[in-house]
Amino acid sequence: MRFLFKTDYGQDIRLAKHGGYLLWYGLLVALLAVAPLLLPEYLLAQLTFILIYGIVGLGLMLLAGFTGLFSIGHAAFFGVGAYAQAVLTGMAWPFPLALLVGAVLSAAVGVVVALPALRVKGIYLGIATLSFGFIVQEVFARWESVTGGNVGKTVGAVRMFGWTADTAPSFYFVCLALAILATLACANLLRSPTGRAFVAIRDSEISAQSMGIHLARYKTLSFAISAALAGIGGALYAHQIRFLSPDQFDIIQSIDLLLMVVIGGLGSLHGAFLGATFLIGLPQAISAVKDVLPEAVGQAPGLKAVVYGAVLIAFVLFEPLGLYGRWVKVRTYLQLFPFYRRGMFRRQKAFQKSERLR
Amino acid sequence: MNEVLLCARNLGVRFGGVLAVNDVSFDVRRGEVLTLIGPNGAGKTTVFNLISRIYNPSAGTIEFEGKPLTRQPPHRVAALGIARTFQNIELFEHASVLHNLLVGRHVHRRTSLFQDLLFTRATRRAEVQAREQVERVIDLLDLQHHREATVAGLSYGVRKVVELARALCTEPKLLLLDEPSSGLNVEETEDMAFWIQDIREELGVTVLMVEHDMKLVSRVSDRVVAMNQGEVVAVGTPAQVQRDARVVEAYLGAGEQAAEARREAVQ
Amino acid sequence: MQFLQLVISGVAQGCIYGLIALGFVLIYKATETVSFAQGELMMLGAFFGLAAMGSMGFPFWVAVLSAIAAMAVFGLLLEMVVIRPILGQPAFSIVMLTIGIGYVARGLVTMLPGIGTETHTLPVPYKDQTWNVAGLVLNVEQMVVIVSTAVLCALLYAVFRYTRVGIAMQAASQNQLAAWYMGIPVKRLNTLAWGLASAVAAVAGLLLAPITFVHANMGFIGLKAFPAAVVGGFGSLPGAIAGGLVIGVAESLSGFYLPEGFKDTAPYIVVLVMLVVLPNGLFGETLRKKV
Repeated sequence: MRFLFKTDYGQDIRLAKHGGYLLWYGLLVALLAVAPLLLPEYLLAQLTFILIYGIVGLGLMLLAGFTGLFSIGHAAFFGVGAYAQAVLTGMAWPFPLALLVGAVLSAAVGVVVALPALRVKGIYLGIATLSFGFIVQEVFARWESVTGGNVGKTVGAVRMFGWTADTAPSFYFVCLALAILATLACANLLRSPTGRAFVAIRDSEISAQSMGIHLARYKTLSFAISAALAGIGGALYAHQIRFLSPDQFDIIQSIDLLLMVVIGGLGSLHGAFLGATFLIGLPQAISAVKDVLPEAVGQAPGLKAVVYGAVLIAFVLFEPLGLYGRWVKVRTYLQLFPFYRRGMFRRQKAFQKSERLR
Repeated sequence: MNEVLLCARNLGVRFGGVLAVNDVSFDVRRGEVLTLIGPNGAGKTTVFNLISRIYNPSAGTIEFEGKPLTRQPPHRVAALGIARTFQNIELFEHASVLHNLLVGRHVHRRTSLFQDLLFTRATRRAEVQAREQVERVIDLLDLQHHREATVAGLSYGVRKVVELARALCTEPKLLLLDEPSSGLNVEETEDMAFWIQDIREELGVTVLMVEHDMKLVSRVSDRVVAMNQGEVVAVGTPAQVQRDARVVEAYLGAGEQAAEARREAVQ
Repeated sequence: MQFLQLVISGVAQGCIYGLIALGFVLIYKATETVSFAQGELMMLGAFFGLAAMGSMGFPFWVAVLSAIAAMAVFGLLLEMVVIRPILGQPAFSIVMLTIGIGYVARGLVTMLPGIGTETHTLPVPYKDQTWNVAGLVLNVEQMVVIVSTAVLCALLYAVFRYTRVGIAMQAASQNQLAAWYMGIPVKRLNTLAWGLASAVAAVAGLLLAPITFVHANMGFIGLKAFPAAVVGGFGSLPGAIAGGLVIGVAESLSGFYLPEGFKDTAPYIVVLVMLVVLPNGLFGETLRKKV
């Protein structure tokens, strides 16, 4: 059991709350750094995808998990970043500059999406974002001069100031660096007044307002940052996958992103990466198991949908706190052994009281 | 003590066909504790919501420190120096008590988004300062045990205190307390009474509260405004208002015997 | 003439959207949760009708009624087994759960050997018939849709207005805990709402099948029903139908008069405009928390 005696404010404010953090996260970063040496190319590519989706997941987690604004059209921002990167690097812009512009562009689209979203809540917000998702996807398909339309668009490798990251390990390191930076930025945001304002908006808009938080400004900010992160992820996705087409950014992709943050664990940064691991890992797991299953089940085209749906249902029913929640429970059990009590994480049920006022 | 901090004149608000507040006027003087009393549905919380700018008045004005309040957006109210607690507790349930109180410091925020993202020295310094201020409130209200607890797991009495603490963290000039003692037991109400007095004397904060507990009202209030059915019925010291015939009628009805009995009990 | 033709076809399509939206709104009014599974329930209803008319060889009316009844029962079971355990969780979890249900339904149907991946025609007696009225060529399938929707709406209106069950449902939708304490069997009403919504979805599926054929991806039309529900005002039953009609007509007209690509995005553009202009929809209620 570890007791944390805090003797100064710094300990509370620090990201690494105690030595254990530095040890374990340091180990994780070290492991990730040597991954190209340990993993075969295929698995390295999957790990790269995990990092990419993790960055997008950070954005969506910030918006949905921490500010309480559920966006069912997030693939739109993902796509804006991807296409922006494709177009700009196609015009021989260096990677960092293209990335920056892509992120700003995604953020701008995020602000546009936020505008109607400011006035509405809950399901209306979801439908508004869903609508934007469809509209943006259609724009990708129709704006052929820029995006190549349904024919698709090829993307080159990462090129900047003479160096080309055209091998799998070099691109992996680019993604790793950006993932670490994104995580640190989000962690900083959450321990600062801005992050607290986001959480306040999630939990009680009215009292957030009475504490001086400008709802419209912070909601827009949350959308913008979330979109920017999705855009950065999209840019990396474009370089990794080398070929873009509008149907990569459809409603299924948006729901996949949501699935990722929900299964990962809403309200935690870890959840973004755990969810990304799940999202990338599940198809691999299904492929591996396919050969063991009877023919009719294993080869059926609907298997993936069934497994996704079943896992989602299982998580909502049995582990609403997601993968990170499960990890916290396990860790607490180990830390408090043998004093762990079973009801420790039971959330109080909040019964439906209609917020509608006629 | 005589300077007027908040001035409400001819306030009125209409919800559909219902006139929830009708021609309400009162002054809150700097440094006093003014209590709004009245039966349920009298419009007391509605007046609070008008001051917090959650509702727009359909008639009348409110002035705070001489400047009109009725055009300010709701999020500016805290910056002007008005803080409030809510009748049904509006805390941030899935955050810790410390986190809730730190949100109370939001109006004193000096760092920009960019500084927050990079967590510069300026942000760090601001964080330490914010925590120092919050600790002072925690000490005042004895919340040390609950600092790290998630609000969702706390008991009702503690939550009410956290709600009060959060409002105090904004360093308000005027504190609006909506039924501070409702749901509290005798000891907790005693504590609340002491705290309200401390808030007025040590922190120099003016208090406007809505209350039903008459003992508490008599004990801490300088003046009382009685409301009934959206209108002001009496203004004065607690003793004066409790004896006022119209107030008695509002609570007990116009029955002759009831009024007689009430008058005798007060004497 | 062309315009009128387009409007009629839009109205028919809009009725389908309206029926699916009606399902959403029924569940929302009863339990204040949103179900993203309505589209898939509609698809299941259509497949059930197919099985009833095809392999089970029922006569038309028996097949229709049995499909509706079967889906109603399915909806009841679904609620009892999957939805009820999460009573009390935040609304978003329930949304994700229904998305999961939709995925599973679609996946399972796709997995059915031979049937799942094909498109099928529903053998209805009025298939491919047309009427000639005053120079207009009216598709009987579309007419059946419009008339059936009207009849169904009248029925539901009567239920909610005049029966105890309907009033009880409204009470439960406003404050579950209080309704519970008043002796209203909230759990049973929720189950009933789901059963009703599934039955409505089945009707929508059976009406849509002759027009678009029966296939596993039919449910995606359900996504266009959300704009319909929002335009009408989420929480208003007549609004759902009205919203559906608006969306259907807008889609039909924009498909003809506007350039390529607007037809598919028309519902979404309409809903965004609506959210800016009238955030609560045509018949919606004001959402404001009372403090």
